[in-house]
Amino acid sequence: MATQHSRSAARMMMAPAVVLLLGWMLVPLCMTLYFSFKKYLPLRGGDLGWVGFDNYVRFVSSSSFWPSVYATLIIVGGVLAITVVLGVLLAILLDQPMWGQGIVRMLVIAPFFVMPTVSSLVWKNMFMDPNYGLLAYLWRFFGAEPVQWMSQASLPSIVMIVSWQWLPFATLILLTAIQSLDSEQLEASEMDGAPVISRFWHIILPHLSRAITVVILIQTIFLLSIFAEIFVTTGGAFGTKTLSYLIFQRVLESQNVGLGSAGGVYAIILANIVAIFLMRIVGKNLDN
Amino acid sequence: MARAVTPRRRLINTILAWSIGLLIFFPILWTILTSFKPEGQAIADPPLFLFFDWTLENYAIVQERSNYARYLTNSIIISVGSTLLGILVAVPAAWSMAFVPSKRTKNILMWMLSTKMLPAVGVLYPIYILFIKMSLLDSRLGLVIVIMLINLPIIIWMLYTYFKEIPAPILEAARMDGASLRNEILYVLTPMAIPGIASTILLNIILAWNEAFWTLNLTAAKAGPLTAFIASYSSPEGLFFAKLSAASTMAIAPILILGWFSQKQLVRGLTFGAVK
Amino acid sequence: MGRIVLDNVTKSFGNAQVIPPLQLTIEDGEFAVFVGPSGCGKSTLLRLIAGLEDVTSGKIEIDGKDVSGLAPAKRGLAMVFQSYALYPHMTVRKNIAFPLKMAGLARAEIKKRVDNAAAVLNLTDYLDRRPGQLSGGQRQRVAIGRAIVREPAAFLFDEPLSNLDAALRVGMRLEISELHERLKSTMIYVTHDQVEAMTMADKIVVLQAGVIEQVGSPLELYRAPRNTFVAGFIGSPKMNLIDGPEATKRDAHTIGIRPEHIAVSSDSGSWKGKVNVSEHLGSDTFFHVQGTGLADSLTVRADGEVSFRHGDDIYLTPREEHIHRFDAKGLRIA
Repeated sequence: MATQHSRSAARMMMAPAVVLLLGWMLVPLCMTLYFSFKKYLPLRGGDLGWVGFDNYVRFVSSSSFWPSVYATLIIVGGVLAITVVLGVLLAILLDQPMWGQGIVRMLVIAPFFVMPTVSSLVWKNMFMDPNYGLLAYLWRFFGAEPVQWMSQASLPSIVMIVSWQWLPFATLILLTAIQSLDSEQLEASEMDGAPVISRFWHIILPHLSRAITVVILIQTIFLLSIFAEIFVTTGGAFGTKTLSYLIFQRVLESQNVGLGSAGGVYAIILANIVAIFLMRIVGKNLDN
Repeated sequence: MARAVTPRRRLINTILAWSIGLLIFFPILWTILTSFKPEGQAIADPPLFLFFDWTLENYAIVQERSNYARYLTNSIIISVGSTLLGILVAVPAAWSMAFVPSKRTKNILMWMLSTKMLPAVGVLYPIYILFIKMSLLDSRLGLVIVIMLINLPIIIWMLYTYFKEIPAPILEAARMDGASLRNEILYVLTPMAIPGIASTILLNIILAWNEAFWTLNLTAAKAGPLTAFIASYSSPEGLFFAKLSAASTMAIAPILILGWFSQKQLVRGLTFGAVK
Repeated sequence: MGRIVLDNVTKSFGNAQVIPPLQLTIEDGEFAVFVGPSGCGKSTLLRLIAGLEDVTSGKIEIDGKDVSGLAPAKRGLAMVFQSYALYPHMTVRKNIAFPLKMAGLARAEIKKRVDNAAAVLNLTDYLDRRPGQLSGGQRQRVAIGRAIVREPAAFLFDEPLSNLDAALRVGMRLEISELHERLKSTMIYVTHDQVEAMTMADKIVVLQAGVIEQVGSPLELYRAPRNTFVAGFIGSPKMNLIDGPEATKRDAHTIGIRPEHIAVSSDSGSWKGKVNVSEHLGSDTFFHVQGTGLADSLTVRADGEVSFRHGDDIYLTPREEHIHRFDAKGLRIA
């Protein structure tokens, strides 16, 4: 549906968006690449010359590197497992006939709209504080010793907070996907005599597989770069330093820009690997 | 799946779903309740649920001490400003891609999406020094621009999926009827796309409002929005539960309400149309 | 005023040429129908004339003026779309008024013309409704109203009836024909339905794969199809095409005989076969005859009262003067 007129108009109207995003992508990316090959310490002498791949080697050989990879994996993996499993169950439950479905939906979605700094602080202080937190009361009520959440169980605590934030997202998307399931298909399988469990395994779960994949990929991209949740809770202490938090510390706290930039390049590569899979799925969807 | 079920089954579903819903919502509810408690009762043992001395003093104190209004203004300016600016850039772009698709359209869309996946921390320092060089650090303008840029791919994608649903013949009819490109967009496309544009705006205001990487790293006292306002409670004031709760409630209430309105559009916006 | 000339027009999408060089003239006031199977390029051709697509080469003239490079709005044509393409957010009145508003007419003039069109199309009671509240037939009329208020040089119709149910379609067909009688403007009408083409057209353009197979009046096409494609496409039920000895006997590669030109008998005739399916329409009966050894199945038309049952023997006699002869390339032998 296009003529020369509309095609040239289209190019012109696309230009601002393309130029802006191209600039937003290329300028900082090139600068990060540039810094990553330099010894660059803004507060201690500034630009100290080219060092080749030194920063890349140092970043991965530093003692904080592997713990940060571990923390990242635990957080991403833990949150994904919790949100996907609970999300599927919750979505199935919410799809059942009940009274007040709309209100329950609103209750379940609410945490997604809470800004990360608020949810982290509320959880850290009002729930996980070992003296006054609500969980501490609960533990004491059952005669148990309250847990020092942020220091003794720091990673599980963060996994819990972040899962609470992302469960609504997973649930909402999976619920949307379940609702698009052709009810005739379910009815047919019921006519065929399939019991509930096998209906779940053979019809509902395969139908959800695409939505689950989308949830996993999108969450992974966001989870790889969670920041505020660590910034306001542990500040990276007690083994909660993720890869992106480590880079943040290298760049802004210890002002070792070269080293941090090398880390940044790693993070970009990592995110791109995940992104490629996500884009495949999204791209396929564009075709039909 | 609108099927008849026994009332018993329905009752069980209802009880189960409400319990889980309330459990998930509980931290928010608890925060709101605590915000109305006197500081002493906020940490009472055993905890008080409804029977405490309801008060508004926390809100007054928070407002007075940390100048809530200024942070709120910043949040509104940054989220609304970045969203509207983004819409302005995105509408023509989405129009082009939806109605004058070429062989490259798909690649451009995918590329735009890929910029969204650039980890912020990877480009933190370059943006940081660019901001210093351009004296944008701790300025609303700077944040409006950055947040517009990080959300632009989402805005374009959402608009694109909405525009795609408008039948092309209607726009062609407008062209046949003598409408110029400007009139076609003004009188035909925009009115038809208003629901889509509105939900795009809503969702992106929410995303911008809650953005907590750039807002924390690029602002200080002057341009800090509510994310920074709350972060300042991280210690030691965080131990004053009632005041923390009042501040938190003020930070999330506006967006929670907007969010409930936009929940239907959320899925489309956040999955780039991959789940409908 | 609306004489449309396509001069060596071609259209390619990428490397695929969908319209090879094409030559066509539509006279002022003519009702021309482009007909062909789906994918034959008839809609593309219409869109080229409308200006919704650029021609790859060649030129399009309207009233002697080259419009190939002009935007759709500047060509003075009006189009009715298959999906009607009404503006859902505007009332019927605003829909019909839209082209006039775009043309910058005075408000009073717009009102006068819209009221006129509404009266002609029986839409006066619906002017304040929105398209969503109208039936399919009413929407169709609004789309036509939007086209006629502009007083265009020519009307373009892109399969306008295919979304209507069968009964409504017959009614709208008549209305469009009446409209043409009244307005006397050029109309180009695209359809895949040969019945619409036969009943409405002054001139039928049969297309296949972007190529014009034949141009002519409905009866010319019916009486003297230029090739086997047109022969098979025009007329309902389709012409029977027979290869083999029967054709050779008549110095042809293929012969064609329409179902209505075959006489039916239960005891004697040139060809013998068995009735497979009989379709009783009341006025006519169609028999699908197998086992003649001429073709897989032959269709014949008989009077409504004639009755054969499945498996009955049937004798067929073609009327020699109505046999069409085609050569090995499928072209008509005069």
